[in-house]
Formats: sequence, structure tokens, C-alpha cells
Amino acid sequence: MAAPRIIVVGGGLAGLSAVIKIAEAGGTVDLFSIVPVKRSHSVCAQGGINAAKNLKGEGDTAARHFDDTIYGGDFLANQTPVKAMCEAAPAIIDLLDRMGVPFNRTPEGLLDFRRFGGTLYHRTAFAGATTGQQLLYALDEQVRRHEAAGKVRKFEGWEFLSAVLDSRGAARGITALNLRSMELRSFPSEAIILATGGIGAIFGKSTNSVVCTGSAQSAVFQQGAFYANGEFIQVHPTCIPGEDKLRLMSESARGEGGRLWVPRTPKDPRPFNQIPESERFYFLEDWFPKYGNLIPRDVGTRAIHKVVYEMGLGIDGQPMVYLDLTHIDRATLDRKLGGILEIYEKFVGEDPCDVPMKIFPGMHYTMGGLWVDYNQMTNIRGIFAAGECEYQYHGANRLGANSLVSCIFGGFRAGPNALHYTHGLECPDGDCGDASELARQADINSRLLHNKGTENPFKLWRELGETMTKHATVIRYNKGLRQADEKIVELLDRYRNVNLADRSQWANTSFAFARQLYNMLQLSRTVVLGALLRDESRGAHYKPEFPNRNDEQFLKTTKASFAGEAAGPRFEYEEVDTQYIKPRLRSYDATN
Amino acid sequence: MANKSVAFEIKRQASPDAPAVWESFQLGWYPGMNVVSAMMEIAANPVTADGRPTTPITYDCNCMEEICGSCAMRINGKARIACSALVENLEQPIRVEPLTKFPLVRDLQVDRSVLFENLMAVKAWVPVDGTYDLGSGPRVYPQEQEANYPLSNCISCCCCMDVCPQFNELTGFVGAATIAQVKLFNNHPTGKVFKEDRLRALAGDGGIQECGFAQNCVDTCPKQIPLTDAISDVSRDVIIQKAKDFLRG
Repeated sequence: MAAPRIIVVGGGLAGLSAVIKIAEAGGTVDLFSIVPVKRSHSVCAQGGINAAKNLKGEGDTAARHFDDTIYGGDFLANQTPVKAMCEAAPAIIDLLDRMGVPFNRTPEGLLDFRRFGGTLYHRTAFAGATTGQQLLYALDEQVRRHEAAGKVRKFEGWEFLSAVLDSRGAARGITALNLRSMELRSFPSEAIILATGGIGAIFGKSTNSVVCTGSAQSAVFQQGAFYANGEFIQVHPTCIPGEDKLRLMSESARGEGGRLWVPRTPKDPRPFNQIPESERFYFLEDWFPKYGNLIPRDVGTRAIHKVVYEMGLGIDGQPMVYLDLTHIDRATLDRKLGGILEIYEKFVGEDPCDVPMKIFPGMHYTMGGLWVDYNQMTNIRGIFAAGECEYQYHGANRLGANSLVSCIFGGFRAGPNALHYTHGLECPDGDCGDASELARQADINSRLLHNKGTENPFKLWRELGETMTKHATVIRYNKGLRQADEKIVELLDRYRNVNLADRSQWANTSFAFARQLYNMLQLSRTVVLGALLRDESRGAHYKPEFPNRNDEQFLKTTKASFAGEAAGPRFEYEEVDTQYIKPRLRSYDATN
Repeated sequence: MANKSVAFEIKRQASPDAPAVWESFQLGWYPGMNVVSAMMEIAANPVTADGRPTTPITYDCNCMEEICGSCAMRINGKARIACSALVENLEQPIRVEPLTKFPLVRDLQVDRSVLFENLMAVKAWVPVDGTYDLGSGPRVYPQEQEANYPLSNCISCCCCMDVCPQFNELTGFVGAATIAQVKLFNNHPTGKVFKEDRLRALAGDGGIQECGFAQNCVDTCPKQIPLTDAISDVSRDVIIQKAKDFLRG
């Protein structure tokens, strides 16, 4: 019998991890990716990857890592998978090290570790400030090795459109669009792993890459998959503001001693170096003496909002604060943070070794995602999910440097579990729904290409981004969330009148984008309505009208399901697994 | 300042067989505007400078922070990454063309898969036994890490190949990026097990001897990778390997 064929969609860390495990176990994989996998968004991760290796004599343990992660996520994450991830993390670092990731080293030749937000331990291994790039390349190289051995076929430049489901609702393959020839095709498989990343694009501007639209998640959501905790969106405290995108300025800048401050005098006109220490407000160190600048991201982002919008202390009255590294010597900065300082200098034109950076929070990470069980399988049999596109490891707020480990761990689980699922899978009857799914997709394509409306899809997208950023990021009000949903419904209506400026059948990017846009709009509603229904504050989800966490009512996973285009998402709630650590009040402002 | 406008000339080609034409665009300038964000503006309002409706431009881009390597193109004649090409630093009209040495797909999009094929041919990976837990990796001293890390920063943008006079169909030269990866993996304590294979792969036609040492690559590399040093080092190793293979018969 031929080896079972599994389709992996997405070639970032999670997807590649799954591919490697399947190939190693004797399966064969078709790997689909919009971009050449080496250009996936994981490449943007900067600061590092967490594992309690305890190489600094601090007594760090997997149990501490587990506790920090659960506490950092405000107790919303199911504890069993998080515990397993934290226990597996040290071996994952060792593996990456063996694969040749150029991690920074101690003088003795061992792995170096730095501190990150939400922990008091040096737990983060790093390769300069381009850790994601280095990890992605290491896995890309291993996949190329399996490709050379004939175990992996790559389909780069193909975009996932939908799952093919058989009469019993189980996955039997995918449909995909070739982004050059615009060919629509179906690809049979016995299981699918989605590893399609975050949904930054629905916020217009974010730290995410252009491909991070959530389109694939949304497509299977519309086919019956649950989407969980969609309302939990991480806004990273330190980004370089920009018109086209918000460029991440890694938490590692603070891990290496970077300090946030603003002048104590509103709109102080003096340049930074003429403002004496006594007239600088190091607000994080002041408000959070124990963690200082290394509080978790949701806490840091709200603090910056308070300084800027409530206290009016933004630099020059603008929504910006200083992230200052100028007290650290240049050689250390180059060795440990080189990559990100170069980004700042290239895009802003100032050298952060000489001048403090000006930063502001920006949408960064999607804690929510496809609902999966502890085997990484969604509620659609045969569809698995791993990495940022699923919801499982970060609860209401992700700790810095936990995403890389969750991607790899999730992929390492999804791969073998998908392979296991295919064992003993009954031979499908007929064409397993292939023809009808292809016909459905061909119909959508044809309608889109021949639509004679007036709406430009890129303009609709900008309106979506503005609405989402305004109402569904740092501070949320029910009135605003309702307005946002009304706006999305309006955009969905206007989408019917979408007009492609390009109707050609060769490398037509407007067409591909318009298809993504519809899925973005549908998924946006789960974010906004999920937030509307959650009348409490927890982790990244903050409502001034409901400032406290309400465990009695909301220590629950939000599960959205799709009830059709007219009805939109429907919501139900599921108990959270808290069997190891009893939920306690989350607060980082203790003094010792 | 908000009213300042920027002039672009963009080379368009609807398909590999279609004729190339230049289109002009006038766009409103804003601080921090770069060549990719300019093309996003065109997508939202696809109209040329003389008011004629046109199609949005096809180009590759992803991260927008010069780390994914997607958006390499020729800007005012120079091969470079478009997202970090800030409009305020460019002479106008800003002339944008696709890379010149790779098969054209459409407009500014080209097919650079040859680099990934080359990386496969030289076994640019560390052959680990497996992904199960085998304990920690080999010790690496900071001095070694600091030497190898820059090589590992290659973003596969292919700018070094586009500007290389020797990178063409006639020579079949692999190009600087691949050679730098050979050095990286030959330096690795486990990766070096394939050192001889890699050097032999670079010994024949299209191999390292095709390099004419024009040094355009190192001048162009957006990540300042020491490409010419890598070529020198690997070139020496290839010659030694050839001699060894000759003596072994």
C-alpha cells in the first residue's frame, strides 16, 4: 500500500515542523504555500525562543515556564497542552541547535539565554535578533533534505481555497489556486494540516506579513470548523509606526536592558539628550518595580496607552514613547540585537545606539484561532491545525518568545497525529466530494471575475482595517464593537459590488486578494462579536466598562461557528482545563 | 508636505510573452513611503499619471521589513529590496523594473526558484540523525557563532546573482548566495560531513571557477554578507578537493 499522503498548508515554522515529522515517520507530504516557504512570516520573529534550560543557575524549571505561561495568559489556556509544550521545549532547543541554528553562545560555548517579558528567568535562547529567520531556515533546510529524498513535494505559489469534505464530513483533500496560471485544482489527501499563521491583515496595519490574512482559517470556519477565542488579539507594545505597516521592535530590546520613558513635561520641546534623568518618566519601572520594562505585552501596551492618551505625555504630543538603548555599548547591541537595530535605522533613518527609538503599540499576534483538540485536530475530522492559526497555547495573552516554541511543538504534534489518523481510514466512496467542491470554487471565481460593480477591494480592506484597529484592539467598548460589526456587515454587502481592475487570467493579484478579502470579512465578525459578548477584562481583552476578570462567567473558551452568510457567527462556550494550576488574580505591580 | 507628489515609472509586462511597456504614475507622498507601499497605493487606485485606468501591479512582497527577501527588483537601475527603498532617498522619476536575470512572470514578478534548486544541489543542510531528543548540540564558541551568523542571514533575494556579470545561461554559474551557504555548512561541526560533496558540486561547469571576481555581489547584498570572502575561502577548498580527487585517481 502506498504511504498515506498528507497535505500541509503553510510553510512557516509550524508547517515545516509537521512536514519533517511526517517525512521522518515514512509518510509523504504535499506542502502548499502562497510564498516560497523560506519567505514565510516566521522569518519576522526576532527576539528568541523560550525553554527552561536553566543554564544560568537560576533554578528555572519547566514547571516555572508552565506557570508563567498560564499566568501570563490570564488562565484562559487549557493547561494540559501548555504543560506538555513547556516540558518539551528544552529538547526542541537542543534539536534546533543540532540543526545548525546559530544561537548566541556563552564564552564556554553553551547556549546563551536572555530575559523576556512576563518572567523573572533568563529563559530565551536567541540568534541575534533574527531568531525566527534562523529557525525557519533550519527547518527549511531539513525539509529540502526530505524533498531531495522524494518524501516531500512543494506547491509554492498555490493558495489554499477550501477543504474537500466527503459525505460524512471528513477531509479528503483541498482545492487550491495557482497564483500564476490562476488554475483551480483539487488535491486529494487523507488528512490536512493547516499551519497558516495569524490574521494581522484584518487590522489593516499590523506587524504581520502580507500573507497573514486568516483566509484559510476563515474558509474552513465557513465549512464548519469552530474558531476559538477570536477576540484575543495581541497588541505589541513596541512597534515602529508606519503608513504601510507597523514594524516590530522586539521585546528583546528591553530584555537586553532597553528602557521605556517619556518626558515628565507634556510636549517637552527639548531633544532627548537635554532632558535630565530627573525629568524623565520611566513609567514601566515606576508602576511595575518587580518586572520593570519586562511586563507582559498586554500590560505594557495598556501602560503606553495610559501615558499617551490619559496623561498626555506622548513625545511632542504624538502617540509615541521612547525605547532607549543609548546607555548600552554599541558592541553588545550589535552582537545581541543587530538585526532589529538595522531595521530601525533603515526605515526611520536614525541609529538607535545614538538616539532613543520612538515606538507605539501595534497589532501583532492572534491568540485565538481554529479550535483543536489535544491532538491538534479541529472538529472537522482529518483537518488538523498548528501554529498561530490555532488557539491552544497562549490563552488570553501570549508571552514573548513562546510563539516559536508553540509553532514547533504544535507542528511536531500535528504531523504524527495526522499520520496516525490516516491509519485504518476507510476507503472513500465515489469521488469524496471532490467534484462538487471544485464546482463551488469555480462558481465563486467566475462570479468574482465577471462582477460588474464599483467597489475596489483594496479600499474595502482599508476600511475594514481602520474599523478593526479602532474598535477591536487595546481598549474595547460594547458600543464601538457593535458599530464595528455593523461596519463589517456593510462591507460584506458592498463586497457584492466588488470590481476587479484586473480580469486577466495570469498572475492576477487583485483576484487572489479579493478572494482573501471575503474570508477576512467573515473572520472579522468572530473577533468583534466574540469581544462584544465577553463582558469582562482578561489578558489582551480589556473593557473599561468591565475592568475585572470574571471567572464565574467567562473562565471559558469562546467557540464560534458559522451559521451562514446572513446569520454570521454563532457562539458557544467551553470549560477551560485548569487541573494543574488554580486560577489566581493576575497582577504584575508587586514590589518584590 | 502632505501635498508633495512622487513620480514613478514602472515597467509592465502582462505575461512572459507579452511586450514590455512603461507606465507613469503620480502618487501622493507621505513620510516613510517606500517602493512597495507605493505599489499598494496604485492597487487601491489603479490609474496612470495621464488618468488612464490600468491594472494593479504584480510583484512579490511579504514581510515589508527586509527580512523575507521577496521584493527584490531594480530601482533606478539598482538591484535592491523594494520595501526598504524609501521614496525620499530616491531620485525621481523612480524607475522600477524586474530583476533582469530571472524568468519573468508578470510586471515586477520573476521566478527565482533556481536558487532553491542550487541549495538542494549543494546539500545546504545539516544531516541530523532525527528530530527525537538526542541531547544538546555540539559546542560552538562565540567567535565561531559570530563568523557564521552573517552567512546565515542570507535572505535569498538573489540581488547578488542579478548583478553578477557571470550569472547567465552561458556559464550556468551558481552565484554567490549558494557559495556562501556552502561555506556556512562546511563550517558546521555536523554539516561538514558533506564538505567533499559540496565542494565537488562546485567544481564543475557553472561552479565556483566561473566567478570573475567583479565584486558586484558584495556591494549589492542588502544584508552585507561577506560574499567575496566566502567565494575566496570556498574556491581554495575546491582547488584542494580537486587535487585530492586527482591524486586519489
